[in-house]
Amino acid sequence: MNNPYFDLLMWARTTGFDIALTILIAGLLLRVLEIAVLGRKRDLAAPKGNPVAQGFRTVFTRSVPRKGQLKVAPVTYVGGYVFHLGFAIAFLFLGAHIALIDDLIGIQWPEANKALIETAAALAVVAGIALGWTRIANPVRRALTGFDDWLVLALSLLPLVTGYIAVNRLFGADQTLWMALHILSAEALMVAFPFTKLTHAVTFMMARYYNGSIQGRKGAES
Amino acid sequence: MTATLERGLNALREQIDAPVASFFSSCVSCGLCAEACLFYTETGDPKYTPIHKLDLMRRMWRDEYTLMGRVRSLLGLGQPITDAELASFEELVYDSCTMCGRCTLVCPVGNDITMMVRKMREGMSAAGYGPEEMVGAAQRHWDKGGPMGDLWKALGAHIARIEKTTGLTINVDKEGVDYLVILSAQEVAEFNDVIEAMARIFDKAGVTWTFSTEALEATNVGIQLGSTDIARELVGRVVNAAEKLKVKGIISPECGHAYQALRWEGPNLIGRTYPFEVVHIIELLDRLASQGKLKTKGKDTTKITFHDPCQINRRGGINKEPRRLLNMVADNFVETEDAGTMNWCCGGGGGVGSNESATEIRLKAFGHKKRQFEDVGAEKVVTMCAYCHHILEESLEHYELDEKIEVQGLTELMAEYLDD
Repeated sequence: MNNPYFDLLMWARTTGFDIALTILIAGLLLRVLEIAVLGRKRDLAAPKGNPVAQGFRTVFTRSVPRKGQLKVAPVTYVGGYVFHLGFAIAFLFLGAHIALIDDLIGIQWPEANKALIETAAALAVVAGIALGWTRIANPVRRALTGFDDWLVLALSLLPLVTGYIAVNRLFGADQTLWMALHILSAEALMVAFPFTKLTHAVTFMMARYYNGSIQGRKGAES
Repeated sequence: MTATLERGLNALREQIDAPVASFFSSCVSCGLCAEACLFYTETGDPKYTPIHKLDLMRRMWRDEYTLMGRVRSLLGLGQPITDAELASFEELVYDSCTMCGRCTLVCPVGNDITMMVRKMREGMSAAGYGPEEMVGAAQRHWDKGGPMGDLWKALGAHIARIEKTTGLTINVDKEGVDYLVILSAQEVAEFNDVIEAMARIFDKAGVTWTFSTEALEATNVGIQLGSTDIARELVGRVVNAAEKLKVKGIISPECGHAYQALRWEGPNLIGRTYPFEVVHIIELLDRLASQGKLKTKGKDTTKITFHDPCQINRRGGINKEPRRLLNMVADNFVETEDAGTMNWCCGGGGGVGSNESATEIRLKAFGHKKRQFEDVGAEKVVTMCAYCHHILEESLEHYELDEKIEVQGLTELMAEYLDD
């Protein structure tokens, strides 16, 4: 067999992946370090609440919108949930992905069935497109949106789309090219991760902690 | 680069810390903060989106505090902040943000946008872009002891009148009492009934207290203007007076940012913890009520609603206390939508009410509050901040609702029904 895309797939699975993973990990460490080294002054005001406990609690509680908020921006909230959950399900519960993670760090868990994963991936793509649409249609989001936002959206959707095409052999029985493109798109996402707004997937925990701890010291809600 | 711009940028650099870096790193420009901001919801203009008000600070962080940004800057692709940009942001940072804190509570990634606006003001004022009204108030406070000038003569007259009508003695510069009472200029000038209210309640509760001739003013324009140096000096005067009088605590009056300044920012401004307690007047009244030292008789039957001052509830953590007190004296107390932590601002906080250029937009922004009052059919709005009180009255008058809706301070209301 002489498949012209075989070498590309092999490079993506080996050297390409190693490069992307190295940049992802080193880049994220750098970004987190960049934040941490700035430090913050010790707060001398006598605490009324527990800043540390509330900081950690807020990392989780802020995942739920405040009462009444959902209805003021339904597409942003629902689209956000569907995109993040769909992406997470497709990424974390596909057998091949679990095998890859197992290979890297020796941890594994049961895979989900194909229908669930494909539905999750499809919904995530639809949600991503809806979120993109509001970046054009909503004046506030349009004003805030820059190149970085479009890049991040495109890079997040590409692995889902290419993965769906490859698994379902939508463009012919030979998966080689689409699998290579799928892996390369995932690697593009990994490389861009530390240098774009994708970093929020890690730093949001720090931001929520700080928010919760600042409010928590005062005995105020967060 | 001008010397003032350099000074402003350096002041802004001093404000960038780990929380700020984590906030800017996490923003995904979702725009949800706009929906929480009264200046956006009432105008529909995207320029009032809270996170946008920090665009210059974000650029400084990106260009100077991230590796990629530094590389970009080295390649000549950085975007240093200019004087013209700072000038154009004055409207966004001072006139259309009351630092009310609603955006901070809805941001899905947890950005404390309000705290960053407070920090942005440090850079703005150091660069000479603080509103002239705030700068003038700071000058008066620094020179004469209060943002409205020296109000001791006026307070002296109030003290003489109250002593005559109530037979109570009001202490001035008395050492060793329980509390030092400080007031906001607004209370001395406009809502001075609160002084008699406190005197009567404390007398009944057995709380001893004094005024200080060295520290009367509770407000702190340094916090609103964004000048740590001014804020430190003004807080320092109050702290020194309390230490000199050897009181157990300071009562922070019905004033939102005064509480924020003294209780939460103060120790950090002066660089040490206090050897005394700072208690908000409403916290203290609630404590006295729970101890059985504040008893009331009778109830107000008008339809009352409560306006939460942002700096006291959302940013200050005092939420249940005023409600417990209100329920003691109000027979017909109704809450507006979003009451409590997510209460909407009166539109005048954070110094906005003192900026002439902000008058039109803040009255427009009051529209939300106005609809909420009308929705519950309020006949009286009770609050626990003299400046909110002032802005509410002025705004209700603007909308010709002042005949229908009365505004009252909670301490004054409690004193009206004091069981004596």
